[in-house]
Amino acid sequence: MFLETKNLTKQFGGLRAVNSVDFSIEEGKINAIIGPNGAGKSTFFNLISGFHRPTSGQVIFKGKDITTLPSNKIAELGVARTFQTTNLFEQSTVLDNVIVGHRLRTKSNLLDAILRTKRLKAEEKQCKDKAIEVLDFVGLTHVAHKQAAGISQEEKKRVAFALALATDPEIVFLDEPAAGVNPDETEGLAVLMQKMAEKGITVCLIEHKMSMIMKLADKIMVLNYGEKIAEGTPEQIKNNEAVIKAYLGGSAIA
Amino acid sequence: MEILIQQLFNGLTIGSVYSLVALGLTLVYGILHIPNFAHGALYMLGGYITLTMMTSAGLHYWLAIFVSILVVGLTGVLLERLVFHPLRHAPPIHDKIAAIGILLFLEAFAQFVWGADYQSMPTPYDKVINLFGITFTSQRLLIIVSAIAVMILLYLFLKKTFIGSTIIAMAQNREGANLVGINTNKVAMLTFMISGALAAIACSLAAPINLVFPGMGHLVILKAFVIIILGGMGSIPGAIVGGYILGFSESLGATYVSNDYKDIIAFVLLVIILSVKPTGLFAKEGR
Amino acid sequence: MAAFFNQRNVIALLVLFSVAFPFITQNEYFLHIMTLSFIWMIGVYGLNLLAGYTGYLSLAHAGFFAIGAYSLGLLTVKAQMNFWLAFVLACLITSVVGLFVGLIALRTKEHFFAIYTLCVGYIIYLVIDKWESLTEGVRGLIGIPAPSNIGPIAFDNALSIYYLVLTILLLVILVVYRIVHSLNGRTYLAIRNSEDLAQTIGISTMKNKLTVFVLSTFFAGLAGALYASFVRFIGPDIGSTAITFDLLTYLLVGGIGTLSGPIVGTIIIVWVSQQLQFLQDYRMLIFGPVLTLLIIFYPRGIVGGVVDWRHKYQEKKNRKLSVNSLVKPEKQVKEG
Repeated sequence: MFLETKNLTKQFGGLRAVNSVDFSIEEGKINAIIGPNGAGKSTFFNLISGFHRPTSGQVIFKGKDITTLPSNKIAELGVARTFQTTNLFEQSTVLDNVIVGHRLRTKSNLLDAILRTKRLKAEEKQCKDKAIEVLDFVGLTHVAHKQAAGISQEEKKRVAFALALATDPEIVFLDEPAAGVNPDETEGLAVLMQKMAEKGITVCLIEHKMSMIMKLADKIMVLNYGEKIAEGTPEQIKNNEAVIKAYLGGSAIA
Repeated sequence: MEILIQQLFNGLTIGSVYSLVALGLTLVYGILHIPNFAHGALYMLGGYITLTMMTSAGLHYWLAIFVSILVVGLTGVLLERLVFHPLRHAPPIHDKIAAIGILLFLEAFAQFVWGADYQSMPTPYDKVINLFGITFTSQRLLIIVSAIAVMILLYLFLKKTFIGSTIIAMAQNREGANLVGINTNKVAMLTFMISGALAAIACSLAAPINLVFPGMGHLVILKAFVIIILGGMGSIPGAIVGGYILGFSESLGATYVSNDYKDIIAFVLLVIILSVKPTGLFAKEGR
Repeated sequence: MAAFFNQRNVIALLVLFSVAFPFITQNEYFLHIMTLSFIWMIGVYGLNLLAGYTGYLSLAHAGFFAIGAYSLGLLTVKAQMNFWLAFVLACLITSVVGLFVGLIALRTKEHFFAIYTLCVGYIIYLVIDKWESLTEGVRGLIGIPAPSNIGPIAFDNALSIYYLVLTILLLVILVVYRIVHSLNGRTYLAIRNSEDLAQTIGISTMKNKLTVFVLSTFFAGLAGALYASFVRFIGPDIGSTAITFDLLTYLLVGGIGTLSGPIVGTIIIVWVSQQLQFLQDYRMLIFGPVLTLLIIFYPRGIVGGVVDWRHKYQEKKNRKLSVNSLVKPEKQVKEG
């Protein structure tokens, strides 16, 4: 298995935000997690990426137990993620914002910086090249030298993708990548996600835009009140009784 | 044994003052999430105004305190309007620096107007009382009784009146409060008003057994911060209990450990707490 | 015109001016004030590296300044140690204390960090004030020696000490410049911008914050040691919060998170204070509100204000250009 969770559970006070979820992510595919608001999707992401410690259960990535690793170590292993809103450093250029994304693959320390060593110079170039490469990949070369404050919402989403890609990930977790952008732009982002999968990067996303998910995803998991109620291909999910009930009986699809 | 009782009584006295100051600080933090570093300066201001009203205007002690409450309360409202309100969306480092600016100004202002000298505040309650083998002035008794009375009044105000309950509601959930139609601006101003008033009361009560000087707020505000971290930032019962805990530990520490280092107790306490729990005692776990 | 005021030119000009300063004025007193300003600047750079680039507002820096000063004082006066050895040790002692404080303090965030460091600063001050058998308490420490000779260079007059302090300041600026304009500097900015995001892109935030914190206390200790050997007398007051607030004022007026901010802010405030001699104790009547107003209207101080203005200017120019031809803006204004 590529990445899987076993019995993953997170309890906040009396509330079980994620309850005993078993889920496996398929390599090189586009995996999606859907569910009504408050179903525990973001918490599930936070558990995998090391932001929260699970109350019980395990996260296993390529045979290695990463449950208790801090998030920066998890990133080093090749697991990247984005947030619903990315706080870019507005006074810097887009390129400057993305350069730091490759920092984890470099080794130069404070002394290198003070002495301006060859290693530092080489690694600075390496980071810059990487940033240029991923900005090209996400189609943002034209705004690379613009200030981050001056780019559109959709471009900001793409910068978030670029930042995640700059870490050289094997899998990226995208938290509502298309929230707050219009349908045309959503289409463009979907194409970008397919491009990532084609490049061999496994994608896992949380999304509310159902039409997009049904077209895009290879595999879907449905969460409701922190529990997995269904898992399968888009076709299977569409016809699943429990899913229909959850969406009709509970909160509406947002 | 007598020393112990005497020290416990003293602890009760300082604890009462600390609780009042911490209450003002915690209210503002609970509503606006501002650590008001200028709160100590408001405290100091309260002392000077009461003193001036008594010595220059010849007002009675209680009347002077009343004027002080009004002036410092309004100063609080002014600060909220002019400084903290414009900064409500700024990065968290900004409101702290703004508060420090206010603190520096108020202290320089006090020194400019009233001078740097230590001054003592007269009180009509300077009778010495002997009871159960302990000796104290009636002012100390007054501090304890008034502080508790103020706390009860504050409690009744917050719990029993509509306007008080809006403060509680907003402390619990700002956006929610906004949604149900609470005027958050009004509540913020009111909170600063109460906070300033509490500082003025605390200082006016404590000043006769201490001295009045421009830097008198320094230690008090630092200790108040320790108290609200001890009791949970924003928690009202926490501020009261924390105030008394610190009061007792200081008076006992001064007798049984070292009088020189009694002021350190609070900070060592804080350093230990934050070392063990970086988000303070009673912090809620975020999602 | 705007292009002329870039980073390098401004710094080169300032360096030139400060080297030539003793020849411009023969006034010993001015030289004294200038040397003192340079010492403060070193401390302000320390504060800036931490507060400006990682976003952690430390209110304990006067404490670290005092540790540096007292370490030097005690090692030379009481332990009779060689000056330069004591000087190096003073900086190291401060950094080690900084390391231990940082290890705990940096687990806290935002308000908690500010309050925590404020308390640490106060503890340092109280310990210096009360531990009379070691520090002489309020009487202060007198008879601290001036820097001893380095080879043929003697530091027996105001002019030579001026150049010594200036040299050290320039070194500090060089170090800070290189750090800020390197991958490390980007890393720190990423942390200031969003710690969660920094952590997800694989940055060990604790390690980086701790490095900056220790370096920042090293600069504070360095400034303190220089201060002790320059003024030759120290009292507990140099560890009081008033000094922290002074440093903070210099930084804020100049521009927090900018490279030249500490120079600009310190020079302006120190010289304005000199002009306002008659105000002395009341100078905060002016600087207090200035601090508050700045943070509301110009949170990045004078230098930040100038940089923003240049950004706007540049953008206007670029827009004009790109109307005619679709050129990329070739030169971006660098962070001040």
